[in-house]
This record gives sequence, C-alpha cells and structure tokens, in this order.
Amino acid sequence: MQNKELTKDLFVPSEAGVVEREKISRPTRSGFQDGWIRLKQNKGSVVALVILLILVALALLGPVFSQYNYYTTDYSAIFQAPNAQHWFGTDKFGRDEWARVWYGTRISLLIAVVAASLDLLVGVTYGSISSLLGGRVDAVMQRVIEVLIGIPNLIIVILLMMVMPAGIGTLIIAMSISGWVNMARLVRAEILKLKNQEFVLAARLLGTSNRQIILKHLIPNTMGVIVINTMFTIPSAIFTEAFLSFIGIGLQEPKASLGVLINSGFQVINSHAYLLFIPAVVIILIMVCFSILGDGLRDAFDPQMRI
Amino acid sequence: MQKWGPKMSLLEVRNLYINLQTHDNVVQAVRGVSFSLEPKDTLAIVGESGSGKSMTVKGVMKLLPKSGRIDAGQVIFDGRDITNYSDRQMRGLNGSEISMIFQDPMTSLNPTMTIGKQIMEVLREHEKMSAHAMKERAMELLGLVGISSPEKRFDQYPHQLSGGMRQRVVIAIALACNPKVLVADEPTTALDVTIQAQILDLMKSLQSKINTSIILITHNLGVVANIANKVAVMYGGQIVESGTVDEIFYQTQHPYTLGLIASIPKIHDDSGTLKTIPGTPPDLIDPPKGCPFAPRCDRAMKVCHLYPPTYTQISDTHCSACWLQHPYAQQAAGEEGHHE
Amino acid sequence: MKKYILKRIVYLVITLLVIMTATFFLMHSLPGTPFDEDKISKLSVAQQQQIYAAYGLDQPLYVQYFKYLGNVFQGNFGTSTLYAGQAVRSILASRIVPSALVGIQAVLVGLIIGLILGVVAAYRHNTPLDYLTMIISVLGISVPNFVVAALLQYFFGLKWGLLPVAYWESYASSILPSLALSFGVIAQIARFVRTEMLTVLQQDYILMAKAKGLSPVKILMRHALRNSMLPVLTILGAITVNVLTGSLAVESIFSVPGIGSLFVDTIKANDYSTILGLTVFYSAFYVVVVLIIDILYCVIDPRIRLAPAKE
Repeated sequence: MQNKELTKDLFVPSEAGVVEREKISRPTRSGFQDGWIRLKQNKGSVVALVILLILVALALLGPVFSQYNYYTTDYSAIFQAPNAQHWFGTDKFGRDEWARVWYGTRISLLIAVVAASLDLLVGVTYGSISSLLGGRVDAVMQRVIEVLIGIPNLIIVILLMMVMPAGIGTLIIAMSISGWVNMARLVRAEILKLKNQEFVLAARLLGTSNRQIILKHLIPNTMGVIVINTMFTIPSAIFTEAFLSFIGIGLQEPKASLGVLINSGFQVINSHAYLLFIPAVVIILIMVCFSILGDGLRDAFDPQMRI
Repeated sequence: MQKWGPKMSLLEVRNLYINLQTHDNVVQAVRGVSFSLEPKDTLAIVGESGSGKSMTVKGVMKLLPKSGRIDAGQVIFDGRDITNYSDRQMRGLNGSEISMIFQDPMTSLNPTMTIGKQIMEVLREHEKMSAHAMKERAMELLGLVGISSPEKRFDQYPHQLSGGMRQRVVIAIALACNPKVLVADEPTTALDVTIQAQILDLMKSLQSKINTSIILITHNLGVVANIANKVAVMYGGQIVESGTVDEIFYQTQHPYTLGLIASIPKIHDDSGTLKTIPGTPPDLIDPPKGCPFAPRCDRAMKVCHLYPPTYTQISDTHCSACWLQHPYAQQAAGEEGHHE
Repeated sequence: MKKYILKRIVYLVITLLVIMTATFFLMHSLPGTPFDEDKISKLSVAQQQQIYAAYGLDQPLYVQYFKYLGNVFQGNFGTSTLYAGQAVRSILASRIVPSALVGIQAVLVGLIIGLILGVVAAYRHNTPLDYLTMIISVLGISVPNFVVAALLQYFFGLKWGLLPVAYWESYASSILPSLALSFGVIAQIARFVRTEMLTVLQQDYILMAKAKGLSPVKILMRHALRNSMLPVLTILGAITVNVLTGSLAVESIFSVPGIGSLFVDTIKANDYSTILGLTVFYSAFYVVVVLIIDILYCVIDPRIRLAPAKE
C-alpha cells in the first residue's frame, strides 16, 4: 500500500530513537496540582465552594445592608412577614430577622471554626505524639482513646453544657473536649503508615534527622488527612451547636445562632413558618455545601480514603 | 498474512481492535491482533504490562471492563463466529468451553464462599448433574489439581489456603467443565518462585489429561520455553512477532523479541549486569504513527518512525512485523557489508 | 475469639465506670439544688435538711458517690426530683416502649431502603438513579434531624393534616418521628453500601464469576451482595449513636413520651438523679450495642471468624 512511497534512503539508521527513548509522553504534575485540577473538574465541589463563600460573605456583611440590628426590639412591628423593610420579616419581639439570621450564621460559623481548630490542635498533637513515640506511651494513649471512643459525644457535651455557664466559650470547650478523638486516631494511623513506607526508610538510611523527616515527609503527607477531616468536623460542630441550642441548652436569646433561630421559629410553626424556614434553609445550605466540598476534597486529594 | 485453509482452527482471532474509554481519552489497547489456536496447542502471548495481551483475551471472552469495546475484528471459536455474541450467548461458552485462570489467586476467589461451593457453582451453571454428583466431581477436581484431603478443603474458605493452593482451586474451577480453551492470565506472577514451577507443571500435565488448548499470557519469556509450542510477542497493542517456540528463540527476527530474550537472566552469565531494554512502552492514547518500538530500537531506521511495518512471513508459522525484513533493508545491510 | 470478647467486656466496664464517675461529679458540682429555689427558700432550715436527707444529699460527696455506684449495680438509679417521688427506674421503664418503637422502626426502614438504594446506585453507576441516590445521601447526611423533623411536622402534620404530630395516641403517631430519624440512616447506609459495592464489583472474583458464565443477577446475589453488605455492620454503631442522640430532639418535637424527650425535660429541670440514670442508660445501651455488633461481625465474616487468634 505505502510501498510506493518507500524509498531506499528511508532504510538508513535513524538517530531520533535514542533521543526520544527516555521522553516522558505527558507532562508530570505534583500531587497537589493534580488534586487541585481534579477538584476544579468536580462541578459540585466548585458550586458548593461558591455558595459557601457567598454565605460567609453574607454572615460577615449581611447585617451591614440592613438598618436594623439583631437585638433591638420593636413591639409595634412583631411577626411581620418578609417585606421591603424587613427582608426576612420580624420575630415575636419585632426584631429584624435578616439581621438575626446573618448574625446567627456568623456565630454558628465562628463556633464551628474555632471548635474544629481546637480539635485539630489537640487531635494532631495527641495523634502524632502517640505514633512518633510509640511503645509504652502509645499503648497507654491508645487505651485512653479506646475508653473515650466508647462514650457518645453528645452525652459528654450535654453534661458539660449543664455544668458550665451558658455561652459561646462553653459551647466551644464542650465540643472540643469530646471532638478531638477522631482526629487523633486518623493522624496516628496515617503517621504509623507513613513511618514504615519506603521513602521514609530511604530518608532514614540517607541519614536524615528525625526533625527533617517529620518536617519534610510526615507533616506534608499527613496534611491531606487533616484538611479533609477538618472539612467534616466543621459541619458536625455546626450541627452540635444547633442541636444543643434547639433543645434549649446551647445559646440563649437574645443571642442568635442558627439553632436558636430554628428553635424560636419552631415555637411559632403554626402561624409564622417563615421564621423556621429561613434559618433552616441557611443551615441546610451550609451543611450540604460542606459535605459536598469535603467529599470533593477527599476524592481529589486522597482517592484511597473512604468514609 | 496467514492463509486460511479448509481446516478450521479451534480459535481464530482476526484483526482485533479494542479501545478503552478513559476519563477524557481513548486508549487504543489492542490494534489489529490476529492469531490462531489449534487443538492441543499452547500459545504463549508474551509482552510487558500494557502491551494489550490481557485485553486481547478478555476481548475474546467478552470480559472487558465497562469502558472497553471491541472496535473491529473477528473472533471465530470452534467454527462459530462469536464476534457478535450477546452476553447471554457468551455465558453459555464462558466457564464451560472457554475458561480462564486469573493472575492473583488471593483476589480471584470469593472470600466469603467455601471452596466447594465455588467449584460446584460452575458445574451447576453448565452441567446437568445431581447435587451428589456435583460434589463428587468437585472432590475429584480437587484431587486432580493436587490438593490433599479434598473432603477437608471442600468446606474451607479461601483465606485458609496458601496462595499456591488457591491457584490450584482456581485451576480446578477452570477445568471443571473440560473446556476446549483454557486462558491463563499470568497464572504464576503472584506466586512464590518455587510454587510457580509447580503450577506450570500441573497445567502441563493436566493439558495432556483433558486435551485442552491453552493460551498462556505472561511477561516472562523464561517460562514460555517449558510449556508452550507457539509464541506471540506483543508490543504496543500489536503482535510484533509470532512463531513456534524454536523459531522465536533460535531464529529471532524482531529486535524487541531479541531484547526480551537477552533480558532473561542466565545462570552462567558472568557479566554481572542484567540486560534491559532502555525506554518506556508507547503511549497508546496517541500511538506512534510508525513502528511502536522504533523509539527504543537500536536498529531503528528512518522508515520505522514514519510507517507502521508490514508483516513479513519468514516461514509457514513464523512472521514478524519489522522493517528490517524489508528487501530494501536487507540490501542496505548487504551493501554496508561490502564496504567493510 | 473468647479472649477478644473478654477484653472487650473489660473495656466496656471501664468505659461505663468512667462515664458514671464523670457524670456524678459533674452533676454535683452544679450550683444550686435540684429543687425549685423559690419554694425551698420558704421552708425552714430544718425542713430543708429533711428534704435533703430524704434524697441523700446531706452526706459527704464520696459517700454519695459510692452509694450511687452500689445502687446502680443493683439497677437502682435513685428518685426523680422532677417527677416527685417516682423511682428513676420506673420512669425509664414506662418511657422505653415508645422510644424503642420509634427507634427500631427508624433503623429498620433506614436499613432496608438504604441497602436497596446503595445496591441499585452502585449497580447502575453513573446513571440518573445513581445521582438521585447520591443527592438523597448527601441531604440525609447533612440536614440535621431536628430540621427534618420540624419540616415533616409542618408539611405532613400542619399543612396537609395527614398524620398526627403533637400527641401520642396510636401507631400513626410513631410514623413521622420514625421517618425523621430514618432519613439519616437511609443516607448513611445507602452511601456506605454504594461505595462498598462499587469496590466489590471491581474485584477479581467478580470477573472470575463472569468468566464462569454466571448471569449478572447471579453474580449480584451470590458474590457481590454478601461481600458488600457485611461491612455495613461496622457502621451500625455510628448509626445507633445518631438515632440515640437524634431521638432527643425528634421525640421532643413530636411529643413522643419516650426516653429522648424525658432526657430533654430533665436537663431543663436539673433533675440530677434522672440525668445520671439516663446518661448511664444511654451509654450502657450504646456500648453494649457496639459490642454485640462487633461480635456479630466476627461470627458472620469467615475471614475473622476462622482467623487464628492474634494479639
């Protein structure tokens, strides 16, 4: 078929082969770049991230757009349905719901982020000490965790909430006391896994110091697990706060959080259901977006890790 | 390239093309593969990982992953054109007339089903037998593949058996219905070296007992000489050279085959280094337009990078896809010889 | 195996002791008394002393503690102050039936629907059915159960008047609370089974089953289902916690006279002995359930059941 085009001069040794031999056919990317590209390809995660950013912006700036604040009562304007003055209406004391919802969102997010950071700090410290020291220390620390893991978290939180004065600080402390255990276990498992992997052994053989191994190999490689787990702790902290406030032992009026707002909306569910719906929609949006983003991050950065 | 006489082969694959759809690319995993298998043949398909050898046989048995598709070609088994067989029709063949042994016996058995049930399952599917007869047959098979105390093993779970034992069980399952063709996809790769020889010996002895043809897929040319009578060497989704074992080992034509033979470690070799073929296999998402091996070939010519080589028939059974067999190349080599 | 169970029981006892101790001392560090301050201050000191003595509150803390431990081991949780004079044990007993009904219904419905959804989604991977399941599971996992309960109450109870909400009289009253609790269970199970099933479907033994000539239905029933459903047992512990804690809010919302709403009421009323009793009850229930699940898993999975004892 192509024989017509074949000429004798084509049958001479070619040098091109030697050059092309070790050519890598596609561009290489680092794990982070790869993960980032995969995350960006995941439309759900991108949308979730955008919605979350908008909600955070509203939580920070929302009250600014309104001439009302979250605590001023106005008995001449109670239970107004959403209107031009009060975009989300008013509650039983005539307080502006728009201001209350975004202030409440801010408080809920604040509590969740601080609680999640504390979990992270305690959990990572505990987990890495346990796994790095190993031996006896590890054994004792693991026994402690095994006992703690047997206690339902919310029970501890409820008990602590009853003992300590109601308030944001109490909520955060109560949640962190029980919340770090999971992070500690994950970090320990990850470091133990890494410690025995070839590249760490190789580094050790090459005479790298422990400090260098921790800084250069262990920390960067545990980051994925830590970040992903934090993405799941934040919504669970938002849930815990809302739950406690809803059953009446979290924050109290006139303070606002999503749980407080849902609770007071629920009280008037017969007559003024919008007071329930608005904060309910906000909390659903936040929870769903965090969940999708968390899944997206996990799939993008750590395909091996599942539930 | 090959003549089709009146005699029908047991299995004939003609010009098979298989594509795999990945996330955003199409991998041309198999690109025009043809071979034939006669009764009692043992054909070894040799190649490195990604050469398309495993995809070829999975295409024949229609066991391709969801992303895989036969694009062109023809598969004729025992006089029947099974290229367009439906899944249902294929189920009648698979397990009874064509069966397969997988690479890793640690994962190819269901961990939560007893050995006995897994053997009887294939009998129940294809043979009309009483429950009692099935159990008898399963025991017999266990004995046949060299498992001691079959009664005890029958009720055990895979994890209670060693790797070599499990592979024997897989072989028992594959041979349960006396298949005409047995496909063994790297059956010894996952096993210890000492066990590898045992399994190969077992396959060889069983082949003579039950008159089956074997397609042995392997990346190890070393195991081929012992068991196979025909060899097809695959590279970059194509067969680059095929022939009888003697032809492949002693009248090697293709530089890739030469490289493979050279890289078999030899006991009496004093050089102290292992021979390798430098470079990496081609990217089959965007296959080279010339010979796939050209970039790694020591003897590559300009033409090799431009046009895919055609098959040259060396003998009735031996052919090779390499431009070096082209008359022009032979001439050029001859002239060079004269100059010196 | 026996050794493992023994070890687990020791842990169980330690965990419960820790919980009881912590609960006891936390409760007693509370300011104030469990009685109505206004009423109690009107009584004479002698009368106050008498009441404290009746509840054993006049003794030193450590005496109260050991007495409490001793009582708990006899199944005696003391006397409620909110429901004056009633033994905590009998209050608990009277509340357990509605909670059990709602909880068991929720878990059963959740398990069945979740399993079906998960299997179908994996089997029809990347089809609209799969996407629907994913949406349901994301919603079920992220929407708080008390929000679900409030919305169910609004639509089914108030707006459409389909089911009773605010009182507990017939079986129909248990439907909405069970649904509210099952939503999260469905989501967790569906998601877990889907992931497991997708992994299992890629295993070599599934390909092997295909090579044996088995039909897709047989492959699913004999090989895929069992192997992808066994691990579900491992998340039943987490599901129990969710249903237990969820019952607090959900029972309160639907006025279910169960243990969850009792817990919320006593928390609001500072009813020490009942809270202590409930905490111990909840924790004990949870720990025992987890233990049973673990043992069950060992019994069912041949790989664990028959593995030579390690550790």
